[in-house]
Amino acid sequence: MKKNLTGRIWLIVAVLLVCIYGIFGIPHGVSGKALTDALTNRIHLGLDLKGGAHLILHVQVSEAVSEETDNTVARLQQDLKTAKVTFTRVFKPDPANKPTLVEVDGIAPANATVARSTFDTKYSTEFDVSSGANGMFTLTMKPNFQNDMEKRTVAQAIETIRDRVDSLGVSEPVIQEYNLGANQILVELPGISDLDRVKSIIQSTARLEIHPVVGGPYPTEQAALQTVGGNLPPDEEILHFSGSIGNQSGGDSVYVVQRVAVVAGSDFRSADPNVNQNTGQREVQFTLTNDAGEKFYEYTKANIGNPMAVVMGGTVREVANIKGAIHDTGVIEGSFSEDEVGALSKLLRTGALPASLDEIETRTVGASLGADSIKEGVTAAIVGMMVVMIFMLIYYRGSGINADLALILNLLILLGFMGYSTATLTLPGIAGVILTIGMGVDSNVLIFERIREEVRAGKAASAAVDQGFAHAWITIVDTHVTTIVSAAILFLFGTGPVKGFATTLTFGLLANLFTAVFVSRTIFDAHLNKMKPGEMVSI
Amino acid sequence: MEFFRGVNIDWLGKKWYFLAFSLLFSVAGLVSMGWHWTQTGSPVPLGVDFRGGTEVQVQFANRPDIGAIRQAVDAAGIRDAKIQAYGGDVNRNEVLISLPEQKNETSLDAGRQQIVNALHAHYNNPFQDSGVKVDVVGPTVGHQLESKAFWATIYSLMGMLVYLWFRFQLIYGVAAVVACFHDTLITVGFFALTGQEISLTVIAAILTLVGYSMNDTIVVFDRIRENLRLSRRESLPDVVNRSINQTLSRTVLTSGLTFLTVLSLYVFGGQVLRGFSFALVVGILIGTYSSIAIAAPMLVAYQQWRSSNGKAVVLPAAKRVRT
Repeated sequence: MKKNLTGRIWLIVAVLLVCIYGIFGIPHGVSGKALTDALTNRIHLGLDLKGGAHLILHVQVSEAVSEETDNTVARLQQDLKTAKVTFTRVFKPDPANKPTLVEVDGIAPANATVARSTFDTKYSTEFDVSSGANGMFTLTMKPNFQNDMEKRTVAQAIETIRDRVDSLGVSEPVIQEYNLGANQILVELPGISDLDRVKSIIQSTARLEIHPVVGGPYPTEQAALQTVGGNLPPDEEILHFSGSIGNQSGGDSVYVVQRVAVVAGSDFRSADPNVNQNTGQREVQFTLTNDAGEKFYEYTKANIGNPMAVVMGGTVREVANIKGAIHDTGVIEGSFSEDEVGALSKLLRTGALPASLDEIETRTVGASLGADSIKEGVTAAIVGMMVVMIFMLIYYRGSGINADLALILNLLILLGFMGYSTATLTLPGIAGVILTIGMGVDSNVLIFERIREEVRAGKAASAAVDQGFAHAWITIVDTHVTTIVSAAILFLFGTGPVKGFATTLTFGLLANLFTAVFVSRTIFDAHLNKMKPGEMVSI
Repeated sequence: MEFFRGVNIDWLGKKWYFLAFSLLFSVAGLVSMGWHWTQTGSPVPLGVDFRGGTEVQVQFANRPDIGAIRQAVDAAGIRDAKIQAYGGDVNRNEVLISLPEQKNETSLDAGRQQIVNALHAHYNNPFQDSGVKVDVVGPTVGHQLESKAFWATIYSLMGMLVYLWFRFQLIYGVAAVVACFHDTLITVGFFALTGQEISLTVIAAILTLVGYSMNDTIVVFDRIRENLRLSRRESLPDVVNRSINQTLSRTVLTSGLTFLTVLSLYVFGGQVLRGFSFALVVGILIGTYSSIAIAAPMLVAYQQWRSSNGKAVVLPAAKRVRT
């Protein structure tokens, strides 16, 4: 009995064409180079193969929390004044270890009710309020608010890094949260092997802030401490002065400034490099957001003649006296180089990072080392494949051709998958391809051995093929499912390269179900159709 | 061409030899892991992924002189650096310089820059950025990866156990998982014994070998299940022996072919995949052996124990075959 195979053969041809398109797209020629170009365009190579940088950054979320409570201190002072509540001070009792804590001391008993209602109406969404002896109130940030805040900080850091990386013109960067809940960010930059430049841009917190100056400059920290009576009040901090960007000459000196900034990093709306018409010096012109502009105007109007400090990256970069009320635009002057003005304005424009970042993992692969890896991986794959194919031909004769065709198609489908999906091919991924060759041939071995058994048991060709496939099918499903289970777990738990391995292994096994069973069967049937009755299959 | 035709080996009769062989290797593995543990504080040599630290691989233009590099690194005041020819082959012009784990994350990057600067300043052998590979792993990430790798292995064993329980019977799942555990133990033992480092990709290889060994076991179990259904009068050991013999040809062929591909990976795949392919080379041999020598005898031993306690032999779920 002859089977009609037209439908099945067309399906196989269609799959083949779709996969070849997936691998090469439509090449611009048939030369070797055009094909390789098309290939590398379609299949995404991992960083370990094409070279690039891989960073895992840890966001110091406690900084953002700390900044929020700093702002709360300022807001509290303002709100209590507006409500006409008298108090001795608002401060953070332990800024280093308990950044979530704000304390108000010495509220007069007569004002206690008003103070309480101020806290309840304006601060109860963020803080738990408790009262103590002598008119003391303690505000503790609510854990779920803190949690939200940390999440927002990470999200904002990712946005900022993305903006900055985009401005570098890196193609196909990956920037995403990593290790959910651990406040980590994964950054992958293909083609970058000079990390230093990238890191300085990504990581520069460039938290340009303007702080009111309490006193300074002093020659040393001790001298600065003495002027505040030996003990630094909790709402003030000591910062060093560095002259590297400002126009003042360098040298170490120390300022005491208010802890709470008047203008914070996130308050800038735009910043552009500019050249001053009068002095010819380069400067950065900035515009503040409306709210921040309002705040800055109030502050500068009330403090004409007082000094304020421009603080960047935790050091004082410039100290200037306020000449008049400033609304929302200003300039940062200094003896900048062209690059410095450009970098500074870019950093201000893309927004400051909400918190600083620690690198906890860095990996870079130079492009030529990656190219070596590709060469070695591909050599291993070709050698492995040749050995298997030759063996199958010798051992199973005619049916060996069948297995070899299935194997080649398996490989094409696997690469086609890789071309269509956004999955990346890594070096362990190439190992996965090689392993697929070895394990893929297993299905054919299972089927062929079974057919041989059936033949030995005296069955006719077509019955033997039928039975062989039927019995082997169950085993093939079981073996494939278990391997896919372990590959899936690898994919869920693995990182970068290991993920690439799990990807190719899974795709390869799925393709194998199709090629080793469906395609191989069709070839057998086509052959059986042509055979004379009583003839045996070559196996 | 056929290698095995009408083989009739009494595999179960040799179970005590198998047990002795497995015990020998497991104990050897455990002892070397224990010895390694007393020496370094971890049972196996850990790669930079788990250990944390800085590794800089540099491809020089000319043949590098390890002694001169050491002097250059010393001159720059870098302490405790380990310098070796990459892959133990000086002719590849590649050198691996590693620094031990740093106490805090901030000093991590400093190490990389120091090394690169020291080589530029004190060692006259040019190299380019495209020939440098750097791995810097902080202690936090190292520990995270360690626990991830551990759980990934446990979960994948459990996932398979559940699948086999569902497809066969619990005891089949248990026997298969014990066999896989045996393979993992011996393979990891080999790493401790030969002093090779376990990296993330080696963990991937170990998980693959778990899947592979499971494959082999399932093929045998499938045959046992089928034969049990066909001939209920035959004793269980006979059925198991016959099933192993019937699938022996396939087992040897597949293992042989997979072994050949993995061997080509070990020989041609380059240094980066050396640990990975080493794990598979060892694992495939052990994994094939264990499905015959561990999983099947365990199945029989359990059923014999059950019947000696007067309980019925657990037969696997009947299977459906399209005939």
